[in-house]
Amino acid sequence: MALKGWKDIPIGGVIDEPGKAREYKTGTWRVLRPVLHEDKCIHCMFCWLYCPDLAIVQEQGKMKGFDFDYCKGCGLCANVCPAKAIEMKPETEFLK
Amino acid sequence: MEKVYEKKALTGAEAVAYAMKQINPDVVAAYPITPQTPIVEYFAKFVADGEVDTEMIPVESEHSAMSAVVGAAAAGARAMTATSANGLALMHEIVYIAASTRLPIVMPVVNRALSAPINIHCDHSDAMAERDSGWIQFYVENNQEAYDLTILAVKLAEHEDVRLPVMVNLDGFIISHGVEPVELYPDDLVKGFVGEPKPLYPLLDTEHPVTYGPLDLYDYYFEHKRQQIEAMDNVKKIFPKVAEEFERTFGKKYDFVEQYKLDDADYVMVALGSTNSTIKYVVDWLREEGFKVGLLKVWMFRPFPKEQIQSILVGRKGVIVLDRSASFGAEPPLYEAIKSALYEAAVRPALGSYIYGLGGRDIKAEEIRKAFEDAINGNLIVDEQRFLGLRE
Repeated sequence: MALKGWKDIPIGGVIDEPGKAREYKTGTWRVLRPVLHEDKCIHCMFCWLYCPDLAIVQEQGKMKGFDFDYCKGCGLCANVCPAKAIEMKPETEFLK
Repeated sequence: MEKVYEKKALTGAEAVAYAMKQINPDVVAAYPITPQTPIVEYFAKFVADGEVDTEMIPVESEHSAMSAVVGAAAAGARAMTATSANGLALMHEIVYIAASTRLPIVMPVVNRALSAPINIHCDHSDAMAERDSGWIQFYVENNQEAYDLTILAVKLAEHEDVRLPVMVNLDGFIISHGVEPVELYPDDLVKGFVGEPKPLYPLLDTEHPVTYGPLDLYDYYFEHKRQQIEAMDNVKKIFPKVAEEFERTFGKKYDFVEQYKLDDADYVMVALGSTNSTIKYVVDWLREEGFKVGLLKVWMFRPFPKEQIQSILVGRKGVIVLDRSASFGAEPPLYEAIKSALYEAAVRPALGSYIYGLGGRDIKAEEIRKAFEDAINGNLIVDEQRFLGLRE
């Protein structure tokens, strides 16, 4: 999202419409990236339930991966996974 | 254009409360503190007698008072409060938030010395501690001005190009408790002048939900501060228009500053608040003896009307600045601002700084005369801090 200049934003820090958090891509904060080991996943959906940024992608009750626009790499999904199917890896490993 | 109105003998506090009654704000949240107390007392009586529609919230502290008016103003209400000294200091956190959130709150501040040691009398240390909070600041000379500028402040604060809170500073006891004749305008004239509030982003507009006070980090906070700087600059353009409308409506003229016998004045004193009345007396006294002296009374201290002050002071022989507060370790606030305004002047006048009246110490005509005489005798030394009425 391109950042706006001071003449183009509401005054007083007001957010002038609902649902705007969608435009804020918290994925840019990420230092650790979750990696799904599909062979271990039991589709219990704990990760989906716990993710604070709705960044777990699911289809018809099946875990399908992560939405990296919003995943900020907090690791909560890996922590709650009973099958240890999510591994947190440094973003530096994915450079290039 | 002179207009004739009913005159009543009122204290400054009563005049301010009467202005608030005529403004009829939606919400007043206040906590009593000497010497602001009579404003709250008089206004609470108007509420109890059903003379206003105001929701009055008696809160448990000034921090809560300012918090409540911030919430009310964000909801879309016209909201007011009043305070003094340590009450203002306790508010400080929310004073800054009110301006940063761009809420057009109007707050009479009855100026009183900050503790310690504890003191209930007048100086400007309370308001000066808030001079960088983002509020517009007026300082008044007498009860009439306290009444007038409280009314004017509502219109200025709520202007779409301003949207900033306003402090109307009146000297504790000297103005707040001193009785003077005050011309009171008819209710309908005041009601017409202040108009209906036109809130921006009111929280109560549930069709258009908004968020107030969200987290604002390094990506946007800076831009929001730039907007506040712009709004203060806009005050310099909007205030003359609001003052002109005030004059058309009520027949009284206001400006950033008042010029008293300045046309041919070689020596000019600059001051804030009620002391200006005493200075006018001394100017007349010295004029009778043939000395070309005058007074520059500063009505608006924030935003600081630098350009106008500079144009008035350029070419004078001497400028004497009186401050009723200290800035420990630096120049006192008014002197610093005046000195800064003269930086670009081609010919700078001799400049002198005098601190007076801290903690309510009386300022006498003879002391003011002595400061004028320093200027007349070529005895102003820039940056030499002098004191009036202090025992060595």
